[in-house]
Amino acid sequence: MFVLPLLAFVSVSFVLPIFDMLFRSVDNPVVSTYLPKTIEQLTLWKGKELPKEEVFETLARELLIAKKNRTIGKVAARLNFETSGMRSAINKTVRKIKKYKGNRYKQALIKFDKRWGETNTWETIKRIGDRYTGVQYLAALDLKMGPEGKIIPQPEDRQIYVKIFLRTLWISLVVTLTCLLLAFPVSYLLATLPLRISNILMVMVLLPFWTSLLVRTTSWIVLLQRNGVVNDIIVWLGIIDDGSRIQMVYNQTGTLVAMTQILLPFMILPLYSVMKTISPSYMKAARSLGASPLRAFVRVYVPQTVPGIGAGCLLVFILSIGYYITPALVGGQSGQLISNFIAYHMKSSLNWGLAAALGTILLFAVLSLYWLYNKIVGIDNMKLG
Amino acid sequence: MAFPPYTGLGGKITHYSFLIFCAFVFLFLIAPILVIIPLSFNAEPYFTFTEGMMALDKEAYSVRWYKDIATNPQWIFSAKNSIFVATFSTLIATVLGTLAALGLSQSHMPYRPLVMGVLISPMIVPLIISAAGMFFFYSKIGLSQTMPGLILAHAVLGTPFVVITVTATLAGFDHSLTKAAQSLGAGTSRTFFKIQMPLILPGVVSGALFAFITSFDEVVVVFFLAGFEQRTIPRQMWAGIREQISPTILAVATILVCVSILLLTTVELLRRRNERLRGVSSS
Repeated sequence: MFVLPLLAFVSVSFVLPIFDMLFRSVDNPVVSTYLPKTIEQLTLWKGKELPKEEVFETLARELLIAKKNRTIGKVAARLNFETSGMRSAINKTVRKIKKYKGNRYKQALIKFDKRWGETNTWETIKRIGDRYTGVQYLAALDLKMGPEGKIIPQPEDRQIYVKIFLRTLWISLVVTLTCLLLAFPVSYLLATLPLRISNILMVMVLLPFWTSLLVRTTSWIVLLQRNGVVNDIIVWLGIIDDGSRIQMVYNQTGTLVAMTQILLPFMILPLYSVMKTISPSYMKAARSLGASPLRAFVRVYVPQTVPGIGAGCLLVFILSIGYYITPALVGGQSGQLISNFIAYHMKSSLNWGLAAALGTILLFAVLSLYWLYNKIVGIDNMKLG
Repeated sequence: MAFPPYTGLGGKITHYSFLIFCAFVFLFLIAPILVIIPLSFNAEPYFTFTEGMMALDKEAYSVRWYKDIATNPQWIFSAKNSIFVATFSTLIATVLGTLAALGLSQSHMPYRPLVMGVLISPMIVPLIISAAGMFFFYSKIGLSQTMPGLILAHAVLGTPFVVITVTATLAGFDHSLTKAAQSLGAGTSRTFFKIQMPLILPGVVSGALFAFITSFDEVVVVFFLAGFEQRTIPRQMWAGIREQISPTILAVATILVCVSILLLTTVELLRRRNERLRGVSSS
């Protein structure tokens, strides 16, 4: 079996990591590992009023142990993802418990930080004490667990991800349709010209396809920035004056323009290969039967290109919703897509659970689109260049 | 393009506006790539055409940014890394990918769609997700921030391209040739190297070039998986664009454009050779 070595290689070094990420989106080890006894005692707690004295004492002891083992930072960070401000509350509390000599922990903790006197805080700890949790998915959809286990929306100022998902879909849709609009005439031209000429023009499609993404993104920054070439031309043509140069990059416009250009070959190539197979005699027949050129084109030619349109649109859409590099470099604030937020949670906020949950949602979106692509086009028929 | 005699004025106008539209699209595709080439020879540290450049003044052009690359140890270091990683990952991807494509082309292959799906998956999954997954997993097994880790990751990303191109070449492969060789007494390996290999070589080489460029261009996985010691050219460019974009970036970009022209030409020539060998009219 010749396939086995590669199958094993891809499984271990690619599929396994992906499953690892899927697992991480529901995996929630921090609190249950570092505050085990507190969580155990909290399972008996009903949540109507504050927990009993002994729970406070257990928490205080476990926080001190965590401090000694240097795991307190992880606990504080995990709680802080749920309720901002918990990090400082925990750090403050730990500092004060160390010096505390008495044994009335409930009273003491509430004095150290008033959050310990709120049932909400305890509910949060109890909830994220579960070893496995769907909390990250709720967070990814701007929801959270409220009191008494009800699912409620996040506060207004923390509702971002639904907006970003919608923006990602919207930008992908606009990019896809723009690509279709630009690619259709060009593919038609390439398919109808004599081979000698169309081969030369094809280079103009294939060269961008082969050129580094970073190179193309860089050139769009150079072209579109305030002192860039496009603005220079517009000023020189006298359309705008020197003072009112347009900012076209580091915002949504930049993302749209650059992504359209980068993904355009992925639309042209499938369209071209379908149009190439359409015999011109159908159009001639329609014309000779009395159809106007427009009617012949719309009723006879376009329907035959539908497989190409479907393949190109799906391919471009799938590539756009997972796009990372270009939005990150030219997108500014308003042009960031969901991938950029995944990267942010991976690299900067270190909220890996949330990054994994966002990634899983994106992955399933892409996979279902590919399933559709496979139904319509067939992965086997995918052509390169 | 000659018009049929019955074409009216309206038809001509439509046709010419269609051609103009196409010209704009071609310009849109190619201009961003071409514009950086002259700009990389700018004597001033600007990203726009200076008056001197427009007047074709010799003084306005210079190769200072190219000299900058050649003398900057960071660029040289990352270039070495890029070539090293791309070469080894291409080698792994090509060998495993070609073998797999040979296996897939056999008619009695069980679970073919499923296997194909798994093999193609590195190309389908958005890079950011692959990078995140690999980051978690490779960190766990101690491969993150190491050269072997990066090479393995890039090899996986390159394999689908090899599988696809070689499978495509094999689709037109006449299996009676291998049977003939075997009936004449050649062993399996001899048949492979003497009969199959020369015929599928164009597909293998195109696949290898795809794998090479995939690794050579890749920045997202490098971003997550590589430390400073494994910096590649794209990573260095990324940092340059993010922090302060200098014309040196344009010079690097120009060099990369030349590399892609070279690769494109090779692949195109191979494709034509393959079509000629198989007797298909080039389409």
